[in-house]
Amino acid sequence: MRTVLYILTTFSVIGLAFWAYRENYATQQALSDADDLRYEIREAYSRLAVLKAEWAYQNRPDRLRDLAELNFDRLNLLPLHPDQFGSIDQVSYPPLPELPLFEITDGVDVSSMEAPE
Amino acid sequence: MIRTPLRPLARILEARQKGENPDAIERENKRIRHEQMRDASRQRAEGRLLVLGVFFFCAFTVVGARMGVMATTDPTEPRAAAPGSVISATRADIVDRNGNLLATNFETHALYAQPHHMIDPQGAVKKLMAVFPDLNEERLLRDFTGKRKFLWIKKKISPEQMQAVHDIGEPGLLFAPRDMRLYPNGSLAAHIMGGASYGREGVHAAEVIGVAGAEKYFDDYLRDPANGNKPLELSIDMTVQAASERILYGGMKLMNAKGATSVLMDVHTGEVISAVSLPSFDPNDRPHAAVTGDASDSPLFNRSVQGVYELGSVFKIFTAAQAIDLGIATADTVIDTSGPMKVGGFRIGEFHGKNYGKQTVTGIIVHSSNRGTGRLALEIGAERQQEFLKNLGFFEPTPFEIVEASGGKPLLPQRWQELSTVTVSYGHGLSSSPMHLAAGYSAIANGGHKVTPTLRKQSGPVVGPRVMSERAAADARAMLRAVVTEGTASFAEVPGYQIGGKTGTADKPGPRGGYLEDTVIATFASMFPAHDPKYVLIVTLDEPVETSGDKPRRTAGWTAVPVAAEMVRRVAPLLGLRPTVEPDSLADITLSSSN
Repeated sequence: MRTVLYILTTFSVIGLAFWAYRENYATQQALSDADDLRYEIREAYSRLAVLKAEWAYQNRPDRLRDLAELNFDRLNLLPLHPDQFGSIDQVSYPPLPELPLFEITDGVDVSSMEAPE
Repeated sequence: MIRTPLRPLARILEARQKGENPDAIERENKRIRHEQMRDASRQRAEGRLLVLGVFFFCAFTVVGARMGVMATTDPTEPRAAAPGSVISATRADIVDRNGNLLATNFETHALYAQPHHMIDPQGAVKKLMAVFPDLNEERLLRDFTGKRKFLWIKKKISPEQMQAVHDIGEPGLLFAPRDMRLYPNGSLAAHIMGGASYGREGVHAAEVIGVAGAEKYFDDYLRDPANGNKPLELSIDMTVQAASERILYGGMKLMNAKGATSVLMDVHTGEVISAVSLPSFDPNDRPHAAVTGDASDSPLFNRSVQGVYELGSVFKIFTAAQAIDLGIATADTVIDTSGPMKVGGFRIGEFHGKNYGKQTVTGIIVHSSNRGTGRLALEIGAERQQEFLKNLGFFEPTPFEIVEASGGKPLLPQRWQELSTVTVSYGHGLSSSPMHLAAGYSAIANGGHKVTPTLRKQSGPVVGPRVMSERAAADARAMLRAVVTEGTASFAEVPGYQIGGKTGTADKPGPRGGYLEDTVIATFASMFPAHDPKYVLIVTLDEPVETSGDKPRRTAGWTAVPVAAEMVRRVAPLLGLRPTVEPDSLADITLSSSN
């Protein structure tokens, strides 16, 4: 009886050791995957930051003003003026689309006389 | 194990034959056995002690070794961080009230050299000079061929320059990653932003620290890693700021002024929508502080908070508002403004020696009568006047959240006697910054509540303690409107946006006391729309002169007012204010009659 207990204990120790060994490597793998992901996220964030900075730089008021002045012929952009405010009743509704009318030129008589019963 | 019996039969029998006591044998054997037992247990105990000693030795060795390793290696973040915690190593961004980026970070590199790793130092110097012509060739050669093991060559280099240095192929030239503070809008809101610089520098990273403006004031917030993805929201509106800067710059050039400043404030929250100070600078390339000369000549000087000057007649409205608040006068009380008037041995005169005769309080403000406000102030008295101005915030530096603001401490009369009471009532003898004035006018504009200027975006109206009655504030607003419709600020009439305001022209103090000839500070303090003010705008020009007429004109009515009017015309639509028709004052009708 005691021998059986010893054998069982030994096997369970071996089993647990094997499990711990595998868990250890699985954890290491998960950590390194997480590290990779974090690195990617960091890279993406820094790319995003560059894009945001670029966007803000390209949209800086000085540049937009210069562009508006350079392209005045085509765009006719002027600073916002008080008389550009309107009220809602000044906005004209778009004309209603005309409903298509069909002329009946080729009438077909429909009858159920010859329908199969 | 063979145990020796205590009474071995052979020896007992032998002893009995000899007539000896057999018990002695037993005692002897017992003694021997006890000695053996004692030896064995001692050995066991000694063995255990040894094992324990070895165990402790090993344990302490491990602890010591671990401590040594931890002390000598670079710290690293724990790999398994708690999920969801976003910690950013970069300085937080700064955005305006609409989320437009005002300051952000940019990854760049610094260039350093380790001369002992160099293969061809002379060649490296030649090639480096081709990439960076501004370097000092001799010094570089001395450093590269001398005993130095490490030196910084450039603090910030562009990707193109980095590639060019890469192409030199010298193993002793190395790059260190750097976070660079970037202000994408250039000089926009430069005085608010301030600027940033490097603190402690290492090869792997460098601290970015704020050196001025909001960058320095909010340094702790911006540097906190937990705020890395929470940008700092300012009350500034980028579009309005850009338009204000452009108009103020145009106005400054047109009026031949050497400097100009404007403050636009929300009267209900105290939020500063735009604050301009000209001349300006680029915070990306912050100039060095001037060590000689007048500080106010440097572009770094922030006139809106540091420009502490006597602002002149713009103060008269505070005297009038307080007189009404205290019940000393109403807007229609008639006061004799004719001279002569002597206070403390000094004659109080009017602008260009005019005499306005008998005037209502409204008339005093419209004509900007020094004697009229002086007489009101004498009725109010020094103590109550001080109390009132203190409540409006004129005794302390403004709590505006940029570091320079704490330096803008108002200059008060040393002894507040009758003469001071009179001069302060029309804005002389008390120096304050345009930011102070904006806060004071906001209190009148919002119906009598104290306003604290702030740079942080507010979520709703901030109601401060009451400093004057609703009635006094309303009457003061009507007077300010009258200044524009019939007084000194007639150029401020902008159709659709009824401006109310007061002009102020004050002589500039000289460097050695006294006042300078022909140099003035022209200020226009205004609010719009006058019947229900939303914003207060202060425009101040430093040494303006308008030369379109026969004689040069320096008064605020000719210089600051047109600039302010143009600014309102341009900025009000951007603020979403729709032009309105000014409501007429209601006719006095009897709603119900009783007999």
